[in-house]
Amino acid sequence: MATTVDQAGANTERAKPTIKDLKGRADPDWCPGCGDFGVLAALKQAIVELGLQPYEVMTISGIGCSSNLPGYINTYGMHTLHGRALAVATGAQLANHRLKIVVTGGDGDGYGIGGNHFVHSMRRNVDLTYIVMNNQVYGLTTGQLSPTSIKGMNTKSTPFGSVENPINPIPLAIAAGATYVARGFTGQQKHLVELIKGGLSHKGFALIDTFSPCVTYNHDNSHEFFKQRTRKLEELGHDPTDFHAAMAQGSAWGEVIPIGLFWRRQDLPALDQLEPVLNGGPLAHRPLGVAPDVAQALINELM
Amino acid sequence: MKSIDLAIGIGGAAGQGIATPGDILARIFVRRGLHVNAYNAYQSIIRGGHIFLTLRTSDEPVLSHGDTLDVLMPLNQDSMNRHLKLMRAGSTVLFNSDTITPGAVADGVQLCPFSVKALAPGIKGDLVQNTIALAAILRLIKVDFAILQEILTLQFKRKGAAAVAENVGVARAGYDYAETHFTAFPFSLPDTGKRLAFFEGNQALAMGGAAAGVRFYCAYPMSPASGVLHWMARHARQLDIMVRQVEDEIGVINMAIGAAHAGCRAMCATSGGGFALMTEALGAAAMMEIPVVCINVQRAGPATGVPTKTEQGDLWQVLGAGQGDYPRIIVAPTNMADCFKIVPRLFNLVDKFQCPGIILSDLLLSEGRSSIDPAELDFNVPIERGDVIGLNGDLPAVNGGFQRYRITESGISPRALPGTPGHMHVVATDEHDEDGVLISDEFTDPVKRRAIHEKRMRKMDGILPLLDAPVVHGAADAGVTLVGWGSTEGVIREAIQQLAGAGVVANNLQIKWLVPLHADAIASILSAAPKWIIVENNYSGQFARYLRAETGLAADGHIRKYDGEPFMPHHIVDGVQAILSGAVKQYVPVHEIRV
Repeated sequence: MATTVDQAGANTERAKPTIKDLKGRADPDWCPGCGDFGVLAALKQAIVELGLQPYEVMTISGIGCSSNLPGYINTYGMHTLHGRALAVATGAQLANHRLKIVVTGGDGDGYGIGGNHFVHSMRRNVDLTYIVMNNQVYGLTTGQLSPTSIKGMNTKSTPFGSVENPINPIPLAIAAGATYVARGFTGQQKHLVELIKGGLSHKGFALIDTFSPCVTYNHDNSHEFFKQRTRKLEELGHDPTDFHAAMAQGSAWGEVIPIGLFWRRQDLPALDQLEPVLNGGPLAHRPLGVAPDVAQALINELM
Repeated sequence: MKSIDLAIGIGGAAGQGIATPGDILARIFVRRGLHVNAYNAYQSIIRGGHIFLTLRTSDEPVLSHGDTLDVLMPLNQDSMNRHLKLMRAGSTVLFNSDTITPGAVADGVQLCPFSVKALAPGIKGDLVQNTIALAAILRLIKVDFAILQEILTLQFKRKGAAAVAENVGVARAGYDYAETHFTAFPFSLPDTGKRLAFFEGNQALAMGGAAAGVRFYCAYPMSPASGVLHWMARHARQLDIMVRQVEDEIGVINMAIGAAHAGCRAMCATSGGGFALMTEALGAAAMMEIPVVCINVQRAGPATGVPTKTEQGDLWQVLGAGQGDYPRIIVAPTNMADCFKIVPRLFNLVDKFQCPGIILSDLLLSEGRSSIDPAELDFNVPIERGDVIGLNGDLPAVNGGFQRYRITESGISPRALPGTPGHMHVVATDEHDEDGVLISDEFTDPVKRRAIHEKRMRKMDGILPLLDAPVVHGAADAGVTLVGWGSTEGVIREAIQQLAGAGVVANNLQIKWLVPLHADAIASILSAAPKWIIVENNYSGQFARYLRAETGLAADGHIRKYDGEPFMPHHIVDGVQAILSGAVKQYVPVHEIRV
């Protein structure tokens, strides 16, 4: 395997970034009290605590209130189409597997319109950290049903109450092959920071579904709702290497709603580790062109 | 002057092994320096149906699969029934008389029955008749048996000496039987002493991508574009290309965009249905100003359409792909060499102008096969990445405040690759200012919106002068100009040769670069033409409408075809004559071959 110089460490002194270094070019336009402020703060804190350089990180989102996040953090960022962040992120990760890629977005973006990419990104175990700001409602389109809205919820698109069952992303993610599956709550900041740090440090697909209550359009699943019900898995004695326990805890929804790390396995390589074409270093940095002898071999196949 | 022009048709059901004798014949031809054009009419079925391969060879370049057959090799009764009536005096029909009987036949057609049971007693397998017929054809065009023996030996080596001996023995029996029972053609297959290559259009596109330095290729399987994926997948590890099969075409284009933004040259291919799913993201690439190349190999639509048949029916789909106005380049290669050459050329343009590029191919071009002079496959092409900071992992000085979308006269702003210190920025599909900060939500700003929109669109002005202006091919004093676009170049030019024989002087204007379009140059050519006729493979005259929109000019006549099969030269000849006689303004040929 060819050795390549770590572009960050080669000839620059690694100064530890501060929260201030991560301030984005724009200020958040979220509603006062929105849970997403908590995710932004926790993500910055996690990056700082892990000592990642802002230029080593790329934050990729789709569309929605929460998907505006890349504009509010000073890393590389992509604000892609609705539902497509994971597909874009997969391409970017394979093109330059030295980047630390964080995907951010909402429940509608990720579990609704982006559902196909969600499932397949987990199946592939792409090395991404996916933080879903799950507020169980469509916010930017002014309050319609989302894939995680509870049954019976009254919204603008379900004025008589939703008759559909919601998706529970935790067991879905475990079944689909994600190798780090966690749930956070913006009302538990330190806990959320630890979950994000765990995700960023994990080699493989990490999902951190985060209750990030919408103060404007979801009065059913409010900050108070989660504050009363969420319990940390650590305190419940959960073993995140136990598949059946993870599925059971992940499916629990009632007076106790578990948060924390449900499932982790570290024995599976991430997609980029399985591709020999990456042995020579990030593809994005390779010189282009085909060597004459290789070109001749390609032509000889046709003769 | 051509010394030979030989067309061989091989027909049968899917699964009967038509490809193998076709490949063997093609290899024998190109190894003698003969030109080949092949078209395989097939169906969306794995076993059964009817497949008909036409393989035409000559010592002169072969522009199309032609009008007539010199040899018919029906592998089942169905194929005999469909094609025997097309055979004319001087042609030959080879068939297994154990299972196939000929019907009424025109005078002068040589029927060559052979009995597999008699020639290969006790040997089982459906492929025996193919080997016998192939050997017989080679005898009729006087190719030494040793050449076939060598090919069969190579082909069956893996299966052991007994398999080699059996197949060579069967072939020998067929070859000798033909020598004593059938009349050979009045020529020996020439050998020019030069060797040509033989490939299909999808391979050409894929190899063009390799030459361009594509490092990321992804696709969802879709006929007739899958050939590009197959070539890329097969060569991924040899060429260090990341090749991914993705869950859907929306994922495909977005993945390619992600890889392109990170710094790879990224490409994908699909057909119209998949392209429909990609359209929003093409606009996103333009909005974020990320260079990416997408190939649309057209098949007969709409909807699932006729998946294994050709059409030029996606022009307006591609012209209108994506909401809003955005800069992009659309090119329709006109022949197989072009398929190879256009890809590095297009990558240089999209890298320079940081916008998506679309290659509009079709089934005829992409799955059609042709000989090519290997010298034309030049991998040593110029590679121009445009204005990029941090390419090859460079560590430029930290400057801070990098403006990704700085407003410039050319509309081009320097890119910085993610991972480059000091150049952090956000690329957004929302409208944004020079800093990449959104102006779509909280503070919409008409002045900034106009300025950034004009900056992006200004890039189109820079692209046009870099594209070759179209030129007329053929006689300057022609009475009629045949206008085509993309894949129809070969068949139109062959039709022009035939028209010359009938006393009609025609020339050809073949359009390759569709967007931006050299509308002024085209208008001046067409204004000077005494008459002009548009030839295209669709129902509504999509190119005629586009040309009229861009030049204000309307054609004197239209030749259209939308039955799924490509034009044959005589279809165009008949159409030109019908239009010039004043009988019709629009001509739609009847495709005589039922496949």
